[in-house]
Amino acid sequence: MSSTTSVIDIREVRKSYDDGPAALDGLSLTVRAGEALAVLGPSGSGKSTLLNLIAGLDKPTEGSVTVDGVRVDGLGETGSARFRRERIGMVFQFFNLLDDLTVTDNVLLPSQLVGAGRAQARARAAELLEYLGIARHARAYPGRLSGGERQRVAVARALMNRPALLLADEPTGALDTASGAEVRALLTELNSDGQTILLVTHDLALAAACASRTIELVDGRIVRDTGSGGRAPDLQSGTAGGSAAGSAAGGSSAVAR
Amino acid sequence: MSALGKVVRAGVGRRRVQTVVMVLTTMLAVTASIMAGGLVVASQAPFDHAFAKQRGAHLTGRFDGGKATSEQVAATAHLPAVTAAAGPFAVVTATPQFGEGGLVMMIGEAPLTIAGRAAAGGPVDAVTLTKGHWVTGPGQIVLTVPEDGPRMGEVGGTLSFPALPGRPSLTIVGYARSVSRTADAWVAPAEIAALTRPGAAPAYEMLYRFAHAGTGAGMARDKNALAAAVPPGALSGTLSYLTTKHAADRETATFVPFIVAFGVLGLAMSVLIIGIVVSGAVSAGTRRIGVLKSLGLTPGQVGRAYVGQALIPASAGTVLGVVLGNIASVPLLAQASDAYGAAPLTVAWWLDLAVPAGVLALVVASALAPALRAARLRTVQALATGRTPQVGRGRLAARAASRLPLSRALTLGLAGPFARPARSATIWAAVAFGAVGVTFAFGLGSSLSAIQDGVNRHNPGQVSVSTFAPPPVDAGSGAGTDAGPPPPPEPVSADTAAVARTIAAQPGTAGSFGTVEQQATFAGIPGAVRVTAYQGDSSWGGLQMVSGHWLDGSRQIVVGRRFLEATGKHVGDSVTLEGDGRSVAVRVVGEALTVDDDGMHVAADTGSFTALGRTLRPDTYEVHLAPGTDRAGYLQDLNTALKPLGVEGRAQDNRISSTIIAMDTMIAMLTVMLVAVAGLGVLNTVVLDTRERVHDLGVMKALGMAPRQTVAMVVTSVAGIGAVAGLIGVPLGMALHGYVIPAMGSAAGTRIPPADLHVYHPLPVLLLALSGLVIAVAGALLPATWSARTPTATSLRTE
Ligand SMILES: Nc1ncnc2c1ncn2[C@@H]1O[C@H](COP(=O)(O)OP(=O)(O)OP(=O)(O)O)[C@@H](O)[C@H]1O
Ligand SMILES: [Mg+2]
Repeated sequence: MSSTTSVIDIREVRKSYDDGPAALDGLSLTVRAGEALAVLGPSGSGKSTLLNLIAGLDKPTEGSVTVDGVRVDGLGETGSARFRRERIGMVFQFFNLLDDLTVTDNVLLPSQLVGAGRAQARARAAELLEYLGIARHARAYPGRLSGGERQRVAVARALMNRPALLLADEPTGALDTASGAEVRALLTELNSDGQTILLVTHDLALAAACASRTIELVDGRIVRDTGSGGRAPDLQSGTAGGSAAGSAAGGSSAVAR
Repeated sequence: MSALGKVVRAGVGRRRVQTVVMVLTTMLAVTASIMAGGLVVASQAPFDHAFAKQRGAHLTGRFDGGKATSEQVAATAHLPAVTAAAGPFAVVTATPQFGEGGLVMMIGEAPLTIAGRAAAGGPVDAVTLTKGHWVTGPGQIVLTVPEDGPRMGEVGGTLSFPALPGRPSLTIVGYARSVSRTADAWVAPAEIAALTRPGAAPAYEMLYRFAHAGTGAGMARDKNALAAAVPPGALSGTLSYLTTKHAADRETATFVPFIVAFGVLGLAMSVLIIGIVVSGAVSAGTRRIGVLKSLGLTPGQVGRAYVGQALIPASAGTVLGVVLGNIASVPLLAQASDAYGAAPLTVAWWLDLAVPAGVLALVVASALAPALRAARLRTVQALATGRTPQVGRGRLAARAASRLPLSRALTLGLAGPFARPARSATIWAAVAFGAVGVTFAFGLGSSLSAIQDGVNRHNPGQVSVSTFAPPPVDAGSGAGTDAGPPPPPEPVSADTAAVARTIAAQPGTAGSFGTVEQQATFAGIPGAVRVTAYQGDSSWGGLQMVSGHWLDGSRQIVVGRRFLEATGKHVGDSVTLEGDGRSVAVRVVGEALTVDDDGMHVAADTGSFTALGRTLRPDTYEVHLAPGTDRAGYLQDLNTALKPLGVEGRAQDNRISSTIIAMDTMIAMLTVMLVAVAGLGVLNTVVLDTRERVHDLGVMKALGMAPRQTVAMVVTSVAGIGAVAGLIGVPLGMALHGYVIPAMGSAAGTRIPPADLHVYHPLPVLLLALSGLVIAVAGALLPATWSARTPTATSLRTE
């Protein structure tokens, strides 16, 4: 994939809820394929709102959102559902696994929604679980897993359909330090394999470790952008954990894409 | 407002759908209960109630004006046994023609008993006007509401008496119902003279109520006292209310099994649905209860909060239901009163109090139980409820479903019910009840119309030819010997053999036979029995058979249930037909569906009477037309051919009795309510379920589940239950039908032909079995759509 192709292209987006102040205010953003973008900012600054717009879960009041060549803001409910299941993987702060499905069934869900072949999907799920180091929990129910394990299941589910873009909202927000480090390493590893990632976080270590670029939102505007190809020098101290996922993945870097 | 009040109000206001559902279900439950209860109450001795209300006449006495003066008749009111009396009213029997101008239609083998009466009210027999007004002067007539069949004419129409001098013509100004059947019509007293043939003796009618009218013996004593109080022979006839009551009670008894079955079904459904809706609403609030408790509310306060929360919409629904129930009962009870031959009925006042009280008590109980249970849970437990629902339940089912070759949305839906067995059971019960109701209603409707067809078989022809020419003189005027129906007029001497030949020769005739009614005596049965004698090939127009076969040879009879019971005979046995000093053995070849004459009616071939030495001439020919024959054209040609014989054919259509219409109306209304209530039960449960799972649904949508897939998943989650409930509800409904219809038949004095009972043919059963699925899907569709439309971002924000 060429690094000059833009995966996200947001132009002059404004989003306000009801008649409150704008949650996003004239925001423009371009993210190229292979980038890992960290979105920072104080609570209520519009980070989740931005993510929702990109995922087609909500619509901008003004402006356009193009993701992987698709005008997301113009899609209907069915269209945006199809868009998500084919091009987007999502990881949430509280995992959002379905408690009454096994780990494997959770991971299989996206491929089942697109109607992929059963055998192929199972092979892909097994491969992902192996890659993420949770293969031994394949038949377990999420309720039994630790937070870090659950988040890895969520990542596996997000990657199931080889999305063009992985969205993560506070992926380490609910995890203890050690689990947070695992997930951090995993995301870094994925990005180094070429996965485009947009992650929202308060976790400076996470941003520093895995983001190739960082923006900061305040009151719905970008107040700082490190720009492509450069990590903020003051945030680079956190990169050390990069090898954790590498060891878990056992070098099988082709799996992620 | 207190903290508790705020909690209650927020609970009602925030859950709009649930509140609306609760209002609707209590409303429907109350409406159905009032309708069903009203009918059940009304079906308890409606004759007695109507009789009491109208101060009905225990005895109607007919006096010969030639033998007693009006004063002498009036004096009988002061006899010691008489507690109230009305009259004397001058009466006359006359045969009317209905219609205007050239189109004159004979209604007449039945002359009317007409009484001259100035007012509808009075101390005895206060008749009820059902339409129009009472006679206010000359030239007007009020007719009695016919028990069966069409009215003689609308209010405003005319009724003329062409056989009387001056051809008097009266305007119909109203319809009235006299429970004690004291007359067929009423005119102003002065009108009677104009309706009386010159030279005929005047007749009077006196209406009495007695102190001891309960038994036949008491009535006989009172009647003798009456006869002794007037000159010998002056009391020319009497009609006891016991006769009328007997007939009315039989008619009522036919209704009761059906009304009770539907009533019980309706009430059980109401109880069930209120339980489902209210307890479901409270259970869904378990987490909220945990929060309230963590804020310091006591279990008692929690209980009160939830009861209050349920009572607000339930009370609104109850009030609406009472209003709606009383409104909806008006046409239903009007039908019932027509069928019962009783005065217009109203919903018993105490039902309007008892039903709401019962329903609200039920609501309190249904709310209190789960609220207290939740309140007694440890707070942490309550807080955890709903977030991670009983993990582990239904996993096997989920695994099994996921292997099915269906889309994932469908298999997820299919597995849904197993994760929440209690909730699934409630849906199941609601749908099963609905399916029972639909199945029962279908069977009842089909059986009733089949029975109606059977009853209509007494006049099976599409065309009938009466060998009575219009009577040259008023045939009824002399027949004043009894207040009951006078004997039928004599047939004019039409050459019946020639009539039969003419009909048979007419192109378009597919079959025809003659019938004539005879009074006959059978050994072992006291009194005369009415026999319809069939001449010719009646195989196409026989009665519906319960067992045995229709007449196909000489000296055969087909009888009703009561005849067999009265004689102790069975199909295949012989009985002795007696008459004119001779007797002949005839064989009972079959038992037929007949409710005429209390099921004592007999069908025989004319040969049986030939053996008695009677020569029978048919008085009616029933004609069956070849397929595709135009009846109007046929009639025109036939009547041209019959003209020289002095008789005429006329079109004959099946009559639908008001009893059947009443039942059909009730079936339709009660079924609609049952289905609506079942659907609401499903809707409510699905609303609760999707609410509870809103977060999971949001996750699936975030993963790319399209709206249509979401709808499919939610609908499938109840469709399976609905299908199973339908499969079980159908046989239950069929069993209910199999019990109720024969019970109705036995109340009417007949067994039901198997053909009328076996109405559940494969195709309808298949469709009925799908009714459960349809109810479930219909109930789930709306909440499924709502949940598909809920913005995903919102769903994900919900904890
Ligand atoms: N559905 C909604 N309706 C109304 N206002 C909303 C809605 N969602 C978000 N907001 C508002 O929009 C603004 C931005 O919210 P957003 O969730 O995007 O913030 P955030 O940056 O993700 O905060 P946090 O770091 O706390 O998650 C906030 O003021 C919030 O109150
Ligand atoms: Mg946020």
